[in-house]
Amino acid sequence: MHKEATIREPLVLGHKTFHEVTEDVCKPIEGKAPKTWYILFAIAAIIGVYGVGCILYLLGTGIGTWGLNKTINWAWDITNFVWWVGIGHAGTLISAVLLLFRQKWRMAINRSAEAMTIFAVFMAGMFPLIHMGRIWVAYWVMPLPNQFGSLWPNFNSPLLWDVFAISTYLSVSLVFWYIGLIPDFATIRDRAKKPLAKKMYGMLSFGWSGRAKQWSRFEMVSLVLAGLATPLVFSVHSIVSFDFATSVIPGWHTTIFPPYFVAGAVFSGFAMVQTLMLVMRKAYNLEAYIHTKHIEYMNIVIMATGSIVGVAYLTELFVSWYSGVEYEAYAFINRATGPYWWAYWAMMTCNVVSPQLMWFKKLRTSLTFTFIIAIVVNIGMWFERFVIIGTTLHRDYLPSSWSMFYPTHIDIGIFVGTIGLFFVFFLLFTRYFPVLALNEVKTILKSSGQSYKDGDAKTPAFSVEEQHLADVKMKAKSSATPAKEDIEKKTGSAENTELNALVASLGAVTPEQKDDLKELAGLGPVVESKMNEIGIYTFAQIARIDTESELTVLTAYLGTAGNKAKLVAWKLEAVEILKNDNK
Amino acid sequence: MGSNVVFYAMYNDDDVLKDGAKKLVAKGVKVADVFSPFPIHGLDPIIGLKETRLGIMSFIYGLTGLALALIGMRYMMVTDWPMNIGGKPNFSFLENMLAFVPIGFELTVLFAAHAMAITYLLANKTIPGMPAENPDPRTTDDRFVMELRLNDNAKFTEKELEDMLMETGIVELDQKNIK
Repeated sequence: MHKEATIREPLVLGHKTFHEVTEDVCKPIEGKAPKTWYILFAIAAIIGVYGVGCILYLLGTGIGTWGLNKTINWAWDITNFVWWVGIGHAGTLISAVLLLFRQKWRMAINRSAEAMTIFAVFMAGMFPLIHMGRIWVAYWVMPLPNQFGSLWPNFNSPLLWDVFAISTYLSVSLVFWYIGLIPDFATIRDRAKKPLAKKMYGMLSFGWSGRAKQWSRFEMVSLVLAGLATPLVFSVHSIVSFDFATSVIPGWHTTIFPPYFVAGAVFSGFAMVQTLMLVMRKAYNLEAYIHTKHIEYMNIVIMATGSIVGVAYLTELFVSWYSGVEYEAYAFINRATGPYWWAYWAMMTCNVVSPQLMWFKKLRTSLTFTFIIAIVVNIGMWFERFVIIGTTLHRDYLPSSWSMFYPTHIDIGIFVGTIGLFFVFFLLFTRYFPVLALNEVKTILKSSGQSYKDGDAKTPAFSVEEQHLADVKMKAKSSATPAKEDIEKKTGSAENTELNALVASLGAVTPEQKDDLKELAGLGPVVESKMNEIGIYTFAQIARIDTESELTVLTAYLGTAGNKAKLVAWKLEAVEILKNDNK
Repeated sequence: MGSNVVFYAMYNDDDVLKDGAKKLVAKGVKVADVFSPFPIHGLDPIIGLKETRLGIMSFIYGLTGLALALIGMRYMMVTDWPMNIGGKPNFSFLENMLAFVPIGFELTVLFAAHAMAITYLLANKTIPGMPAENPDPRTTDDRFVMELRLNDNAKFTEKELEDMLMETGIVELDQKNIK
């Protein structure tokens, strides 16, 4: 088994058992959606429908409804395309590249990050399609025999490479994502109570049974797909950058574009993952799985890729001067000081300065700060693409054709509409799909879960108590359970004496010395007040709970809310808290 | 042997199951299958599962994709309709080859990934509408089930198998007669 140093922070907080992992992830799917979900969904759907309306209007009327002109023939459309593709890079990077590097923290976020990837690439793919104007002949980009004596698409053109790259990326990501989802759908299927849900998830899970051979194939497929997806991620944005880099337009004609675009894509993708994750972990109570450490790791990626992007910007500036090509130099001087200076400086501030703040541990572990920076980076990366596309084009070779770009309401409507559609998809995903890779998180529970980190390998995925009870149940079903009921009946009268003796043995404490017992995982206010009633106020007392009989008495008093398994877990946690206090 | 007895021994920990399987296999018992909510690393060699050949298949699929891409692009761009792009040599596959690298790569990945995924689903018999075969719904949650078949283990009696299973730390034992 994989061994991990105990000084590393656990990846799963709280003393989760396998079953609790299932519960935590499946609950939001099985229960009713909260009102906020419906409100958000309605808002997203309205915006999305408006966007679809704008697209239909554009298709019916023509590309002229965009603010494009003869000089600026690419503007928001391609900006949005590149922006969405860039966002779509984080998911596969997290699940593929981090899988190859055996980064286990990816397991908490890869499922939703991949979903985000797929939806983002959907949105991205829409822009080139509608930009064709005549979307009904979009299939012409495919090499199909035709009546023009077979006239084939131009395989030397980066625009055609883009078609292949984006569609491969979308479909491979989809397959990668779905193959990981199958076992988790099976989990939901086996828990489902409503017949319709059972049927639906039964279909979605493809009859997954979890046989050893199936898992062995599953692991191989995941590994090979990761191996294939890793170069794919890098190829996609490289090819997107070729759209510009292979042209001979000053400002675009640079060899630095592919690595710089890829770094930028990862940068913006992680920013979007942060934006979504910070909200999702809260809304779906997944703080134990996606905690500050995960956020910090992602912030470090943002910082690293942000720095690469910064270096790329500066290199571009340097080379434009050092090359001695005055057109090239002018393109950059114009970006910084021309009529679009504000876009350039917005890009510089958001993408170069803001990620550098992540060097401070205090800032990169602050959730609020992370959220703000993530939004800032999302905005900055949109401006980056606008600067590269719009600002470069608006100064043509002939000053007589110099121009400005003014977006029409269709431009804005379509862009905002894709954001709406994206959230429609993402909200549906969080509602009906397991947002955490259940089966993967369970595999790291033993090496990276808190119970194991605390150095008590006995508790952990299932507790000692549960094991004990299970043994009893197997040997003779009759003897164990009724015995407990006996005690419960008996304690009705003898409760006070037995409990008093127990509490006395734990050491008497006055209520003033009280600890906040609710700090223990799963200990609610009801149990706390019940414990306080009989005189248990401190962690020290809980840590002293020892023998089997004491557990039995306490369980009898607290009921199922304080069963033996939980008591043992609380005891261990209390011991841990005390140990840390003494340091 | 008209009927066959199948044992479903349930564990609540993957390591206990693995140790149990090790012990049983050492005694000469054949484990028919294991159902678990997540992959148990190191179990396959114990219960005698061969390594999957999906990786090799994927490599072959990838080569197919690459070959198709190169043959297709050569036919379309060089043989059938050579395009004049800035006067570049349009009659030579080798000199045009560089421009074919991106699509060659994409199709390699496309074929390798999709064909492997399809092979994987077929080999696993996981196809939409297939019935699930796990013996207990909890095996997709937190339980691990080891399946033993009596007719795989002809040298043991039913009782002997049951006793041996009992010693491996199981939490539940289920016995089924199947035709």
